[in-house]
Amino acid sequence: MTGPRVVIVGAGPAGTRAAEVLVRHSLRPVVIDEAPRSGGQIYRRPPEAAGFTRPAAALYGFEAAKARRLHATFDGLLSQIDYRPEALVWNIADRTAYLWRAGRAEAVSFDALVLATGAMDRVIPLPGWTRPGVFTLGGAQVALKHQGCVIGRRAAFLGTGPLLYLVAAQYARAGAEVAAVLDTAPPEAGRRAVPQLLNAAGTFGKGLFYLAELWARRIPVETGVRPLAVLGGEDTVTGLRYRTAIGAEREIACDAVGLGYGLKPESQLADLVGCAFRFDRVTRQWLPETDAEGRAVGVPGVYLAGDGAAIAGADSAELAGERAALALLADFGRPWPALRGREIARRMERLARFRAGLEAAFPFPAEIAQAIPNSTILCRCESVTAGELRRAAREFGATEINRAKAFSRVGMGRCQGRICGPAAAEILAATLGADIESVGRLRGQPPVKPLPAGALAAAPAAGTERT
Amino acid sequence: MTGGTGPQGHGQFHRIAEAHRRPVVIRIDGEPVTALVGDTLLTALLIHGRRVRSSEFGDGARAGFCVMGACQDCWVTTAEGERLRACTTFVRDGLAIVTAGAAEAP
Repeated sequence: MTGPRVVIVGAGPAGTRAAEVLVRHSLRPVVIDEAPRSGGQIYRRPPEAAGFTRPAAALYGFEAAKARRLHATFDGLLSQIDYRPEALVWNIADRTAYLWRAGRAEAVSFDALVLATGAMDRVIPLPGWTRPGVFTLGGAQVALKHQGCVIGRRAAFLGTGPLLYLVAAQYARAGAEVAAVLDTAPPEAGRRAVPQLLNAAGTFGKGLFYLAELWARRIPVETGVRPLAVLGGEDTVTGLRYRTAIGAEREIACDAVGLGYGLKPESQLADLVGCAFRFDRVTRQWLPETDAEGRAVGVPGVYLAGDGAAIAGADSAELAGERAALALLADFGRPWPALRGREIARRMERLARFRAGLEAAFPFPAEIAQAIPNSTILCRCESVTAGELRRAAREFGATEINRAKAFSRVGMGRCQGRICGPAAAEILAATLGADIESVGRLRGQPPVKPLPAGALAAAPAAGTERT
Repeated sequence: MTGGTGPQGHGQFHRIAEAHRRPVVIRIDGEPVTALVGDTLLTALLIHGRRVRSSEFGDGARAGFCVMGACQDCWVTTAEGERLRACTTFVRDGLAIVTAGAAEAP
């Protein structure tokens, strides 16, 4: 076969559109995805051939048409791509992706790599958050969309960001009882962001519709809250304690909590391939660095697209996937439609202004992370408290997050700091009185997710058994 | 809540849709439990109960967190000693899970 051998990691909005462009230009990419069906998290599909019957409108609401289009595009590509679902890319080295798929090790060499790895919830721990019944907002949504289940009979939703309102509205609409929507964003933040939000007036309108729907159902919606604790017993949630914007302490009864403060990129593979990272002061996150077309800075032949590169939402991810594929074609001397590239840039610029509005309306409450009580579990993998991290900073002089990890075990567990990392960095910086950027970021390392025992022994060595 | 099969009402998760699927019988700590085809193991465990495992550090019960294969909070052990991530594993007839005891890293 002629042309570069391309591997795309991820079959969500970005990965699907990248594959579509490459196929249209006569390439046959390998598309690797952890899920059994394409769509990513946002357009995740129920299990196939299991008797699920809800229509797209029930699953995806306003976004049903987009979801259907994306799924149809991917399904139409199946005969023209090398699709490897239910496969974990656990390492990338020497232009080879190492997979674990259906109990077997595979290695796929490539000339070009498109990372469309998506995002997950950004979490701020609070007392009681490891109790059964507390899930991420994304997790609450997956339970509903993918399984037809709710996380509890009476769920409260806590955090900030558009997903907070979306998930609450989806739960209410599906017939679940929503105890409350508690947003840490100050009430005036949303009003101030309106001019920027109007850059995507349709999406903004949908957000207002969700809010109106919550109000119409008389679901309490509070802004400017400060979370205090998830209440309950050994394996139950019974309530949520918080402080209102005017400083009053309140408790609401609930048996489940959905928690999340915006999203964070799944950037571990970008780290392994050697991408440069930059600190984004607005979202207070380290992001893999790309040029304007999605090329990874410092790693020729690697492209990043979608929320795995920087949180910009599903519409932007579709465009970014297409844009990365066009850059790839250009770099490998293939004809590519330059005019389309400019159109994508224009539309993504507008969505970036909308995103700036969202970040202003739902700021990450760093001060809440910095003030997590000493006795609260920060790292749920290793059961390390916030106090133990503060002690590592003070007594062992850990001034960088990977040093603090060595001393305290924060971020050393099975999730590699995906959950505790953002809050750990805030706590460390605040304890040291240092700028958040100066404490650095937790490094990704292979395997990026746990493998079954014996899997590494079964892995083909680089240069052998390549498929 | 709409029907479904198996004990309803005592678990953490509740079915509010898609309850008309073929039953699948799994075992949780030796006890037969009826799930539905297409359920993840996490769904089956949490429809039936409120916990998935105990923290290996003795700080209580856990029941998963991210539900999307990222947080690694829901690894369980089969009766044969195989380790499974509950949120990304689908139930199948005869699957037997042990929630008590072993909770070591996969």
